[in-house]
Amino acid sequence: MAIRLRLDKPWRQLTADEAARLPGQLGVYQIADAQGVVLYIGQAGARSPFGLRSELQRELKERGSGYQFRVEVNMQYRTRWFELLMVHKADHGSLPPGNANNPPPALGRLSPA
Amino acid sequence: MDFEPSSEQQMLIDQVRRYVREEIIPLEARLDPDASELAPEDQARLVEKTKAMGLFGIDIPKEFGGPDIDIVTRVLLAIEMAQHRAGLYVPCYGTFGGAGLAQIFEANEDQKERYLYPTLRGEKKPFFGLTEPSGGSDPARAIQTRAERKDNGWVLNGAKIFISGADRAQYGIVFARTDASKGRAGITCFIVDADTPGFYVRRVVHTLRSSSYATELEFKDCWVSDHQILGEVNKGFAVANDRLTRQRIPYAAGCIGVAIAAHEMAIEWAKMRSTFGEKLANRQAIQWMLVDNEIDIRTARHFTLEAAEKARRGQPFRTEAAIAKLTASEGGGRVVDRAMQIHGGMGMTKDLPLERWYREMRIRRVGEGPSEVQRMVIAREILGSNLR
Repeated sequence: MAIRLRLDKPWRQLTADEAARLPGQLGVYQIADAQGVVLYIGQAGARSPFGLRSELQRELKERGSGYQFRVEVNMQYRTRWFELLMVHKADHGSLPPGNANNPPPALGRLSPA
Repeated sequence: MDFEPSSEQQMLIDQVRRYVREEIIPLEARLDPDASELAPEDQARLVEKTKAMGLFGIDIPKEFGGPDIDIVTRVLLAIEMAQHRAGLYVPCYGTFGGAGLAQIFEANEDQKERYLYPTLRGEKKPFFGLTEPSGGSDPARAIQTRAERKDNGWVLNGAKIFISGADRAQYGIVFARTDASKGRAGITCFIVDADTPGFYVRRVVHTLRSSSYATELEFKDCWVSDHQILGEVNKGFAVANDRLTRQRIPYAAGCIGVAIAAHEMAIEWAKMRSTFGEKLANRQAIQWMLVDNEIDIRTARHFTLEAAEKARRGQPFRTEAAIAKLTASEGGGRVVDRAMQIHGGMGMTKDLPLERWYREMRIRRVGEGPSEVQRMVIAREILGSNLR
């Protein structure tokens, strides 16, 4: 079975309709600008009232229009979030700008093959 | 053997119990249910507290600056430290410090300067690289990572899996085969710096323990000098085996702590919750579950303290450690399962710590040697090693 380290689903426009259609489940997500440059990697943890839907609705409210997103439903939202951050850093040399200001304590390093 | 805590032990137990209830559990209420770390400012504040309590670095031997607490008392305290949501794998979020890897205490002076002392000062973090994709229960035969002699050193090639903390570590202890013809007598233990060319943390390995991850490592023409050998060439298996045996006692203590916490929750809920006009506590079906919990906990506690007492006396404790690990991990799993059943639907939610304990406790039947290996160890004692 191939192991998928990266989140490579197609981007979706961050709109009220799209966010409202999201499941209320736990998981991870990415926010990108119009060109598909990842700006932020987030997680919908068990404290989110409606999981991914709540988090993306909050993102829309805070950021406004013009952004894209993609999500992955994942009960292992925390370890998957760490993994996505480390893979992004390995691929790009730094964290996404939205995470760089407030990185998780003691983020590790990966060298994906 | 008398396992009633002495007055001095009871004082320490009470101190740690208060710390868990007054400092750790209130912070957890604000954290994600799967969190494994505190905010840095909380971590720093609580470390100062445990230092003031005289309990920081509790597992560090006295000659290296530890508080000189015997292993029986450490087990009693470990049972207390585990009694919160993250307590099974991150007791008190590490605010009591740690000794790092026990094997490093056996290092030579040069290695102690480079690895042990920086680790004790909190400047370096280690990992323990034993398990491989070919298996973890039988490391003597499963280790396929090989180290070949080259240029006054060794070239490592191979892979490790289920390695905790390697992505954040500055160095690790890595076991590799240095003589393919000698089985367990052909394994050597190396200290590998994480920035050594040819050392790679390839990926995260997601498990039931979704609060934290393991990693998979690759060694690709990774050269290390002779100075990086821990112990002697071809004598690494003893290093691994000693660690596995010693680790089983605190591992069991953590299971007992979580089982006690789950059991206390179940008792409280059974006294409070009514169904069909009757308190759950008045129903025999529930009473029997609570009785079975009590027996599982007392059994595990007895065997774990027995193993610790033998270790304290300097007597062989391999079999006792296996019995402790077996009873605590299997009994602890049953206790958490019954506690969930008594709680009904709420027991399945992330609102309560039971679901995290359930997932993490399941790993305990496999980690640090699966139940079947513990039974093999015990059987050898009963039957004699020639009948294994």
